[in-house]
Amino acid sequence: MASFKPTKIQVYPKLGEKVTQDTLYWKNYKAPVQIKEFGAVTSIDFSPVTPHNFAVTAFTRIHIYGPFSQEPVKSFTRFKDTAYCGRFRSDGQLLVAGCEDSVVRLFDVSGKVALRLFKGHTKAVHLTDFTSDRYQILTGSDDYTCRLWDIPNATELTTYTEHTDYIRCGVTSKLNRDLFITGSYDHTVKLFDARVEKSVITMDHGQPVESVLLYPSEGLLVSAGGRHVKVWDLLKGGQPLVSLKNHHKTVTSLALSSNGQRLLSASLDRHVKVYNTTNYKVVHNFDYAASILSLGLAPDDASIVVGMTNSILSIKHRKNQEDSKEIAGQQRRRPSYRVFVKGKNYVPKQDDYLVSKPVKEHLAKYDKQLQRFNVSKALDTALGTYIRFRKPEITVAVIKELDRRGTLKNALAGRDERGLSQLLNFIIGNLVDARFTPVLVTAAEMILDIYQSVIGQSPVVDRQLLRLQDLVKREIEFQKDLLEVLGMLDTMFASSLPRKESASASAPTVDPFPTCSLNTDS
Amino acid sequence: MVEHGDIRVVHCGGSKINFRDPVITHDSRFLLCASGEAVKVFSTSTEECIHELRGHTGLVTGVLLRPSNHLQVYSSSLDGTLRLWDFTDGILIKTCVIGYPIYSFYASDKHENVIFIVASMPKRFQLVAVHLPQSGDQMVEAQELSAVLSGVNPNPAAIAFGRGGEFIASVNDLQLEVYFFKKQKSYRFFLKEDNKKGGWNTFTCVACHPKDDCIATGHEDGKIRLWRNFNHKKEYTYSTLHWHHSTVSSLCFTPEGTNLLSGGVESVLVQWRYNQESERDFLPRLGGAITHITVSPDGSLFCTSHSDNKITIIQSCVKVSAVIQGLVKGDSIRTDLMMDPRSKALVLNGKPGHLQFYSLQRDKLLYNLDIVQQEYIHESGLQQFEVVKAAFDASGSWLATVEERHQKAAELELNLKLWAFDEQTQSFVLNTTISAPHDAQITAMCFCQPTDSQTTLLVSTSKDGHFKAWQLAAPAHTEGPSWLCDFVSAYHGLVPECCSFSADGSLLAVVFQEVVTVWSPSTWELLTTLSQPPGAVSDLCFGRLSCSKYLLGTTASNLLCWNLLTCSLEWTTSMDVRRLVADPLSENMAAFCYQSGSTDLFVFKPSEPRPLFSHKAVCSGKVTQAVFAPREEMLESCEESSQWLNRSQLYFLTQQMDLMTFTTKAEEDRLLASSKQLVIDDSVAMTPFYLLLGKHRQQQQEHQDSDSSLWAERTALPQTSASMKELLQTPAHVLPSTSYLCSMFVQSLLISVSDARSAHAEEEMESEKEEEDSEEEMESSRSKPELAAAAATESDTPALTKAQARELRRVRKLDHSWLAGLLDS
Repeated sequence: MASFKPTKIQVYPKLGEKVTQDTLYWKNYKAPVQIKEFGAVTSIDFSPVTPHNFAVTAFTRIHIYGPFSQEPVKSFTRFKDTAYCGRFRSDGQLLVAGCEDSVVRLFDVSGKVALRLFKGHTKAVHLTDFTSDRYQILTGSDDYTCRLWDIPNATELTTYTEHTDYIRCGVTSKLNRDLFITGSYDHTVKLFDARVEKSVITMDHGQPVESVLLYPSEGLLVSAGGRHVKVWDLLKGGQPLVSLKNHHKTVTSLALSSNGQRLLSASLDRHVKVYNTTNYKVVHNFDYAASILSLGLAPDDASIVVGMTNSILSIKHRKNQEDSKEIAGQQRRRPSYRVFVKGKNYVPKQDDYLVSKPVKEHLAKYDKQLQRFNVSKALDTALGTYIRFRKPEITVAVIKELDRRGTLKNALAGRDERGLSQLLNFIIGNLVDARFTPVLVTAAEMILDIYQSVIGQSPVVDRQLLRLQDLVKREIEFQKDLLEVLGMLDTMFASSLPRKESASASAPTVDPFPTCSLNTDS
Repeated sequence: MVEHGDIRVVHCGGSKINFRDPVITHDSRFLLCASGEAVKVFSTSTEECIHELRGHTGLVTGVLLRPSNHLQVYSSSLDGTLRLWDFTDGILIKTCVIGYPIYSFYASDKHENVIFIVASMPKRFQLVAVHLPQSGDQMVEAQELSAVLSGVNPNPAAIAFGRGGEFIASVNDLQLEVYFFKKQKSYRFFLKEDNKKGGWNTFTCVACHPKDDCIATGHEDGKIRLWRNFNHKKEYTYSTLHWHHSTVSSLCFTPEGTNLLSGGVESVLVQWRYNQESERDFLPRLGGAITHITVSPDGSLFCTSHSDNKITIIQSCVKVSAVIQGLVKGDSIRTDLMMDPRSKALVLNGKPGHLQFYSLQRDKLLYNLDIVQQEYIHESGLQQFEVVKAAFDASGSWLATVEERHQKAAELELNLKLWAFDEQTQSFVLNTTISAPHDAQITAMCFCQPTDSQTTLLVSTSKDGHFKAWQLAAPAHTEGPSWLCDFVSAYHGLVPECCSFSADGSLLAVVFQEVVTVWSPSTWELLTTLSQPPGAVSDLCFGRLSCSKYLLGTTASNLLCWNLLTCSLEWTTSMDVRRLVADPLSENMAAFCYQSGSTDLFVFKPSEPRPLFSHKAVCSGKVTQAVFAPREEMLESCEESSQWLNRSQLYFLTQQMDLMTFTTKAEEDRLLASSKQLVIDDSVAMTPFYLLLGKHRQQQQEHQDSDSSLWAERTALPQTSASMKELLQTPAHVLPSTSYLCSMFVQSLLISVSDARSAHAEEEMESEKEEEDSEEEMESSRSKPELAAAAATESDTPALTKAQARELRRVRKLDHSWLAGLLDS
């Protein structure tokens, strides 16, 4: 005697993006903290020493924020004009910033007034950085030059005039005191060596370069400009490795996650994309409210800071492990351990005779009713509020099962106004869902057949039937449009594919839209 | 083309066991049922077939216990004979020739030596009483025939004896006829053809209460009527019970008459309380539709036959205790015949929505695999899911099945399921379900053949004009690996009919009507097309081993062979090949050709012009399903004509759904010899386990005998005896514990009188107490041992002292009691 086989609930493929380890990791951030700055946030730099404060350059100010405070712990306001590129030295003691008025200022993080002023550029300075020996400063300016300065006596050491357009980005090597890289609007990225007084490697990015980034190993260089992010192999003399084109507006900023496994790029298209650095595939994507100008990632990915054109600074902090656990624990309410485990942990002794109790199979309510051939009741159960809204696949599966048993008509018939309108509501809500269409079309046709005679008696039902008719009409129009598009695509493919005289091993042309043929004669 | 006399076509797979109602013997240990031309005796506890009572030359139409001797059984057959058997030993006792084909027969206690048979007289069926002649001959002819009723239904369920044989009730169409033997008078009751509610009143079966005057009849509309007062023409009454929704096919009262059992298409056994008909018990989901119900004479066992060739034994309406399942032969086998590479079982459609695995070696159904996994609704006219295609991969670790359900005109529900073999449960577990894999019916499906490759590939072709390749995808993040579509292709919008992989898996051939396209599965490149109009290619086969360069195809009128190296036609011959199968272990191919109403078989190698073997008129009708089953051990036949059967055996299915195979003379002889070996005289079910233990038991007895006689007669040493050898060769796990055997073994090795005595003395001490208990017994049996002892002393050892003699006596007594204990246990 076989046991009753319950109704099979079809498992439909989940629509939308797949849940991967990466999405779980990058989604594990708290709701962002939004801080209004005085102007567009052009630069964010994290201090290399704990507690990893970060400097935010916006308009004429540089604010330094602590890791948790929403108020700046420090601010430098002594700029005559817009400040650019506030950067910490590797010991976190000094901060350098360029300015629209071409003067480069060096600040003590604890002080207020600039320690040194470096004058010599003729136009706005967008790039400032410390070299790895901590005694020199690299600057790049809109006057097409980049310069090295000596900090102690504030004198200019060298000037490089190889670029032919604005220099907007650059980075110094963390391993070698003499190497630095600049990116310019003349589409090139140049690697300079201070010992030879000229550029060593020149790489053509193809677009005005907005940001450059060195890998911690300094073997690879990433440059961003236009819609492209390009990766260069410096050890092979600046050979291009990969070109990524995942944004649809200019990429403005780059960052590496702390372990070097993921690369982040921010763009004016309001997205931050996360790439896997082994295969350079996008593994995650963040959306923001406005175009992004600057991006910063705290060590250990503890927070993501994004500065936008609408002068909003958005800070996302990582959730603590304990926090997330606690929340999960609260959600699951289980019977207390004692009740739950009672008798379950008893280990039979050697001589015990085990009486095996047949495992009672749990059947859902609609299955129990189907087992007793109570078809109308089973359909009622499946149309219950929770199932209908949360798990429509169960309702559809029960309708399908009734159809298979040949009793769908009996189950649908004999309903009052309320029952019928509930049923029609469900059908209207799910008819155009491609997964459910074949089953629901049958049911809808049956309903129309059964209740043809009572049309016009209830305004509620009539209104719903009209809605159904409208829906079907719209769906047919839509399908027609889609078929037209498909036809157009086919002609395009046919003309673009090279002609092969023997076979037509074309791409799968499976119609993803099952045509819905339902005639509503109401 | 020479006919080869030594290769024969034989039936296999057994016959229907649900043809007539089975019989349970008085001790409830055996179940007898008609099966083809034999009666099978099954054990009710182990489900094993113990005997086959063979002798009839026609279909056996009934089995009945002899009322006067419950160790004998009658069987009737369409060959016009009644035979009496001793079913415990499987011996034919008597044959009674009637002369007319017997459709069913009845007997009762009150009519000694009279058997009532239903035979087809000219025009109509008649119930005839046959007086069995009383003679000692093996073969007697019945002369005294007297008609009782005419115009009866040949269905055995339509006639029943009431009150132990006082009257007989017969139903036919819309009429119930009751005949009283004493009064020699019959009463007839008619029902209207159609009552108000549109039910069908036609009678289907009848049963009589064993004690009361009550007749229960089943009807086509699912009603059961209980008739009373039927010895009056006018004042009869009946009450109606209605639970079944369609035809009641069988009714049965329990021996005491307390319950009425009924069953029908719903496959639910309903137990009605007699006189309290509102109370009923149900036993649902027994399998196929119930065709017969019988109750054992003591009422402890019920037994139902089902339309899916199954007999279920039920312990008093609560628990299914045993299931005897034969090969299920549905109306049509939609899947081809297949071999499961792991279990070497034949796989084909079984119960609705199932695949059955049938072991050819043991001729037994192994198990049914539920493919559809949905509740089966027993209702006629309902479109059910059917398993239409199935395929195994070469190692047997994957099974692909296709099920479909044709609903209304356009709608087709199609599911492709992939099953992985689970080592732990030793069965197939569902891995992936692909709903609607194609837009139209799937015409063919095959797995990539090579065993060594890591990736398994499945190709399915469909009437929608596409063929698709499915591949096991890498494990997803959360679930295990599942199957995904890897490649879709079409060829000029033609419908692909069949597909085949080459033996090494490097080529895939797909037939698009007249064109054979050859693809490379690694790059999915179309390599070449082969075509030989006119006529669409219907079957396709790659050559194997040394013939792997050949590709064979069949059209409606030709058998074609292409050479794949030159891409040209190698040879062609004109024949209507319906089925082409390749032997997986050799180069041989078998072609079944349909010619003027019968099917011929040709076995050939693609490289050789002459066929290896040909057999004209294998069977009548077309053969569309056949398979080569690899043998477990190779035959070593040197004859040229039967060499093709050395490695594998060819099975095929005829149009009448009979499973047939080819055997050689030598093989048959071997089988016969082995079956003779297996004959044992005990009535216990013959299992391999029993064979071992039973033999061992006999050995033990022999041991005992030899032991006891050893010292007295001073015979030769038994150390080289066969029984000893066998004891030593028997696997240890089936033997009794060593401690149990040891003493016996030691005894058997002992030689001299004194040694034996000392060995026995030990035992004697141990069982001193036992001896005391049975003092009286000893007294009574003293005389006999004394005699024996006297004989012993006379023959060899006159020097025995009196004390020794007494001791001996004691020892022997001991020995015997021990032996008796052994035997009892």
